[in-house]
Amino acid sequence: MMEGFSPFYQELFTALNRGLLMSVALILPSAVGGLFIGTAVGSLRVYSGPICRRLGDGYAALFRGTPLVVQLFILYFGLPNIGLYLSPYAAAVIGFILCSGAYQSEYVRGALLSIKRGQYLGAQALGFTGWQTIRSIVLPQAIRRALYGCGNEIIYLIKYSSLAYVVTCMELTGEGKTVATEYFRFTEVFTVIGIYYLGLVTLAMAGLKKIERLLYIPGFGRQ
Amino acid sequence: MTTDMPPILQIDNLYKSFDNATILKGVSLRLHQGEIKVLIGPSGSGKSTLLQCINCLTYPDEGEILLDGRVVDRTSKISLCRLRQEVGMIFQDFNLFDHLTALNNITIPLRKVKKIGRREAEKRARLELEQVGLADKTELYPAQLSGGQKQRVAMARALAMDPKALLLDEPTSALDPELIGEVIAVIKNLAARGMTMLMATHQISLIATLANEILFMEQGSIVEQGHPSVLLAPGSNSKSQGFCDRLNELSDGKR
Repeated sequence: MMEGFSPFYQELFTALNRGLLMSVALILPSAVGGLFIGTAVGSLRVYSGPICRRLGDGYAALFRGTPLVVQLFILYFGLPNIGLYLSPYAAAVIGFILCSGAYQSEYVRGALLSIKRGQYLGAQALGFTGWQTIRSIVLPQAIRRALYGCGNEIIYLIKYSSLAYVVTCMELTGEGKTVATEYFRFTEVFTVIGIYYLGLVTLAMAGLKKIERLLYIPGFGRQ
Repeated sequence: MTTDMPPILQIDNLYKSFDNATILKGVSLRLHQGEIKVLIGPSGSGKSTLLQCINCLTYPDEGEILLDGRVVDRTSKISLCRLRQEVGMIFQDFNLFDHLTALNNITIPLRKVKKIGRREAEKRARLELEQVGLADKTELYPAQLSGGQKQRVAMARALAMDPKALLLDEPTSALDPELIGEVIAVIKNLAARGMTMLMATHQISLIATLANEILFMEQGSIVEQGHPSVLLAPGSNSKSQGFCDRLNELSDGKR
């Protein structure tokens, strides 16, 4: 398939396609895990008692307040000091999930807080239990309000997954950088890497648009 | 009105304070089958708080609520849910669920709270929407409805639960003047069908024509009560009459 390319490009595309697979393998579980943790922590920060709320606030403050590179270094190079050894892949995914979850929790929290008191009152007055109110009235509305923020975070995640190579997990950027150093052709290599990421983000945006359209409700959120 | 039957709703000596301000100071009232009682009085006199306390959307500090002669246990979620199913509530600002169509606003409590099947619930919802003149709006979302239509959906939603009594908290106060009529028509139709109602309102036409009894509230207490033909009679010098006269002057002034 790549016979028409020079050896440099053959090697580059082989490496990048391998890296692309690794990137996708990093992004998918991190996005799902981040959304899950974000939803759980965001809900705790809104509905739970003062202790859980403070724990949730602390988690979000810590992971939003420190650089992701620092978090990854601690996970991969720091934890062995206390006898915890993580593979590069595991360290990267855990780091991404924790970081993404902190940001997602902020979007979820904002969405939950934006639900008007009247929605709770209306449900309560009809005899809904607390859980039924959350499940049938609050969540469907909060999901629609959080969608834009959470989607934005996933797009960020696609790009900060490139940091995995600092803990030696060879994804798109890492694979590309190896080829670039070997041939000393940084401009071409990183331009092509950029195009790969652009492709991934475009796909993600198309998916998010589709979800937005599926969940669309005339006039919702405009009052 | 049979008075030997226990009242549908009996409120004994209800107290409620918020941050040192006492809003309700020992309010008692009884609501029998088919009765319509109207709460009037100046803003801040405790009408809304009283209505919200009756179905425990706000917890009263003291006092008892009796449904069909039985004391409601406010610590039990089951008895609270039962109370709220049997005593419907209409709000000033409708509180329709923004993410659901008019039809589904009605089907969702039927399915979740009353555990009725989807098809059955939809049939009932269509019937209730037809009753309030909205048979053609079933698939519209709240944002696509006018204020008067929203309030009519809210009433259809409450009625679909087959409540024994309805609490109405200023059902027309958030509406543009030209939309009040359609909601009043629904309330009058309900009255004609014998619905038991306790209503806070500033709407003279509802006070004078529908009420079996006027309850005049002032600073957290019911200070005057009686039939409108007595309280609102010319020269009765009642607080209710003075209050209604002022409402009349205001609405005359608007024209």
